[in-house]
Amino acid sequence: MLEEKLCSGEFMVTTEIGPPKGADTSELVHHVDSLKDRVDAINVTDHQSSVMRFPSLGGCLLVKEHGGEPVLQVTCRDRNRLALQADLLLAYSRGIRNVLCLTGDSIDVGDHKEAKPVFDLDSVQLLKMIRTMESGTDMGGSDLKGVPGFCIGASVHPEADFIEPQLIKFEKKVAAGAQFFQTQGIFDLASLRRFMQFASRFSAKILAGIIVLASARMARYMNENVPGIIIPQALIDELAAVEKGKGLEKGIEIAARSIAAIRDEKLCPGVHIMAVGNERVVPQILEAAGLVGTHA
Amino acid sequence: MIVAEQKPLEEIERMIVPYERILILGCGTCMTVCDAGGEREVSYLHSALRLAQAKSGNGAHAFAEYTLKRQCDPEFLELLVDRVADVDAVLSLGCGIGVQAIAERFSELPVLPGVNTSFMGMAKESGVWDERCAACGDCVLDETGGICPVTRCTKGILNGPCAGTKNGKCEANKDMDCAWILIYKRLEKLQQLEKMRRYYPPRNFRPIPRPRRIAARTGVASGGEDGQLIA
Repeated sequence: MLEEKLCSGEFMVTTEIGPPKGADTSELVHHVDSLKDRVDAINVTDHQSSVMRFPSLGGCLLVKEHGGEPVLQVTCRDRNRLALQADLLLAYSRGIRNVLCLTGDSIDVGDHKEAKPVFDLDSVQLLKMIRTMESGTDMGGSDLKGVPGFCIGASVHPEADFIEPQLIKFEKKVAAGAQFFQTQGIFDLASLRRFMQFASRFSAKILAGIIVLASARMARYMNENVPGIIIPQALIDELAAVEKGKGLEKGIEIAARSIAAIRDEKLCPGVHIMAVGNERVVPQILEAAGLVGTHA
Repeated sequence: MIVAEQKPLEEIERMIVPYERILILGCGTCMTVCDAGGEREVSYLHSALRLAQAKSGNGAHAFAEYTLKRQCDPEFLELLVDRVADVDAVLSLGCGIGVQAIAERFSELPVLPGVNTSFMGMAKESGVWDERCAACGDCVLDETGGICPVTRCTKGILNGPCAGTKNGKCEANKDMDCAWILIYKRLEKLQQLEKMRRYYPPRNFRPIPRPRRIAARTGVASGGEDGQLIA
């Protein structure tokens, strides 16, 4: 269980799978099979970047069925408080115990730009909502027959270019009940060190987000188009310097280097690897970072 | 004020096809100020429609023009009684409220919208209007330094910025300010940053079960089916 591992003091590794665009789940299941014994938990993203996909809840059920420890990513973009609570009841009834609470990307960055954005709640209110349900009532104040219990987490952006309001929000998330954080992608360990000086006073466990870059082109694209991402020029140059077709190899090396540094410096209790479509290389990254066979 | 944009001429031309005698009706309040449907725009549209008709060689329509002080006010609508007596449709350049007010007052008269009503906003500079109020019915501007997160944050969230903000701009639009960065900076100036730290519970959407009504007079019951007040 993720909750126990968070308290164990062992260096933790979580990763995430983007579900398919369509009903064919074979690739997702393949990723689960190859990752479940190598990482502590597997997130399934919730229409990441507002692109419609197979649902996080469905993906988490598959993770569970295939022997993995799922983290249900829940955003507030597409569901109001009734739907959010109902989904969590279903998740709990089927053995899903970990939830990552997110506001969700803007509809405008996705592939259904004409859809109605919901945002009935925000991430802080979603965390509170789950704690309310755990106390035995729903948001309408009615008693629940069968009370769920979750290990809940949230995200934080240590590399935001204007950090103060992000830190305030981080504190609000902790106060609302967040037990762990999976950060946005970290590309500059100096900013992670600064953030951890602030964050380590709180009980919530911080898993540093590691985005696997596959090419200089991808890095530039992410800088332009992915909300909040800031990849330093030095890393882009490093990726651009390798010969054609070797970008992902370099990306694996960069990711492994960051993970090893975070572990060796004891900067964070663990990492969260986001391979963005390259889930198959996560085992290689763990091997390159010297993290083989310690997780199951 | 209410801000709108005139519909494309082609759309208006398509809308008026079934009607011969058409009154182009401007509105002298918000629509005049936002350059979407005042006396001047009525006159321009009138000319444009006549020109288009002449070009197409299809002389099916007879146009008249007039501008009311306010289309949303029943008192002013009475001034229309004679003017609409011999028209087949009104092409209203009032906001959506004006269009509906005319439809309610003149039950047998087709009324067509000539503008797309956009938002409640203010003039930012000449020719530029910005949305500032979502009429959410539950104002929090005292807590947010006079900057509305419900309107100006694309997600309308209440507990601080999302992680998508970059260079002080919004993830949804790089030209749009992040409302929460503006709020933070203003609260800092006002020495009220503690307001950023407070937890704001989920919004109460009960004030806005549509349609809404404010009854300043006491003893006014809710509207009947025809939208008339029941005494």
